[in-house]
Amino acid sequence: MEWINVIIQGVLIGGLYAMFAAGLALIFGVMRLVNIAHGDLIVLAAYLALMTTDALALNPLTAIVIVAPVMAAIGYALQRALLNRTLGPDLLPPLLVTFGLSVIIQNGLLELFTADSRRLNAGAIEVASFPLLEGVWIGVLPLVQFVAAVAVIGGLQILFYRTSLGRAFRATADDPSVVQLMGLDNRHVFALAMAVSLAITAVAGILIAIRTNFDPAIGPARLIFGFEAVIIGGLGSMWGTLAGGIILGVSQAVGAHIDPGWQQLAGHLAFLAILAVRPQGLFPKIQG
Amino acid sequence: MPEPLLEVRALDAYYGDFQALFGVSLAVAPGEVIAVIGANGAGKSTLLNSIAGALRSRREAILFRGEPIGDLLAYALVARGIALVPEGRRLFPSLSLEENLRIGGQLGRAGPWSLARVYELFPALAECRHLPSTALSGGQQQMAAIGRALMSNPSLLLCDELSLGLAPIVVRDLYASVPQIVAEGVSLVIVEQDIVQALHAATHVYCLQEGRVALAGRSAELSREAISAAYFGA
Repeated sequence: MEWINVIIQGVLIGGLYAMFAAGLALIFGVMRLVNIAHGDLIVLAAYLALMTTDALALNPLTAIVIVAPVMAAIGYALQRALLNRTLGPDLLPPLLVTFGLSVIIQNGLLELFTADSRRLNAGAIEVASFPLLEGVWIGVLPLVQFVAAVAVIGGLQILFYRTSLGRAFRATADDPSVVQLMGLDNRHVFALAMAVSLAITAVAGILIAIRTNFDPAIGPARLIFGFEAVIIGGLGSMWGTLAGGIILGVSQAVGAHIDPGWQQLAGHLAFLAILAVRPQGLFPKIQG
Repeated sequence: MPEPLLEVRALDAYYGDFQALFGVSLAVAPGEVIAVIGANGAGKSTLLNSIAGALRSRREAILFRGEPIGDLLAYALVARGIALVPEGRRLFPSLSLEENLRIGGQLGRAGPWSLARVYELFPALAECRHLPSTALSGGQQQMAAIGRALMSNPSLLLCDELSLGLAPIVVRDLYASVPQIVAEGVSLVIVEQDIVQALHAATHVYCLQEGRVALAGRSAELSREAISAAYFGA
């Protein structure tokens, strides 16, 4: 029973990691941009939610409705004004620019909010739980987080394969110059992809900020979970990304149960093991 | 001659320091088919890419319906009614055949072309509409690339090397569709190495040689010798 509890907790947190990863994978897939600032943007979303909940006395879960569109707008503007200029045959310029962006966001947040650890308070839902089986309890909040993750990834899957925007994303990923011959401005398509990515980031950033403390410097730690989930799942497959997040979450939970100090280490070891055995990830999808 | 749909006036084109076109001029009347022929490296594709906006030019060097468009990029020109069938087809490999066609029509420009109309023009495509574009034969891919361009309902269709890598019988079938495309009010500029097809399909022919127009005239009036001389520079 104890182990079932541990694994369920791991699966549920894995949904969050999958959401971190989905935003990263979307951007890399559409425009070959590795967004080093992704983790800091997750933290930025959490601080935006903190300001929104303070100013409007909202529950953080409700604040998602405000913060997600704001992050999407930031993503669109960021891509149009800055990141589009870095794209080209060379992968290095976007890497350097997003690294710089990461430094700017961290220091900006430090200046505005100090280095104090913060958390979003979602009220009674945080401690609510219900029994699944004899001795197995499910927290309502982790369940909500996991369901949100599945919904986001399912939604992305529908967006990619059932809508004209998704078709434009896939076509742009294939050949950004021919896409322009279809009458699509690829700078606009890239900006829309970044907007979708940061909207997901907002959901993920707020959900994790209810669960664990955050401070201006925590972004890179979020980023690495996202990267690991993408690599474990295999690039190009949304459901693979979810699986990657879950594997990472379960490894961490199992590690933590053996020894609390092993939580992070167990996740990284699982990542390294999969990278060694299947460097292409578990569910790679070359096309489509 | 009625007012030309497309007019190219003394167009120069460069790749960095290399000049690919020197003062090329041509005109396309509404409903007309013109062919641009020439050896490899003569500047044919450069000319089409400049017209389509894949390469930027001097603003006044290209006029479409009398308006200067030389400095506009490709995506803006599609909305005005210029579509390019790129050399080598360049279908989107992640998309099915039908998705490739749909993305061509994504802009929603009004006109006679629709999925149904493209499948009517190329019945061979209807059967494999849900296949990945990579699973199609070369001829089907070329039909799909033409269909994708037509889906944007262009007034001017630019075709780059339709016959490239295709069997002669397939090329003949492709060119058999040209009159139906013209019948819908589309003008065509065809870049072609297959001179027989080009002369057959087009009313006017321009022959490029090392980035310059070496010969121009009505295809019916040009002699083999003149074309051969302009083509090879003999």
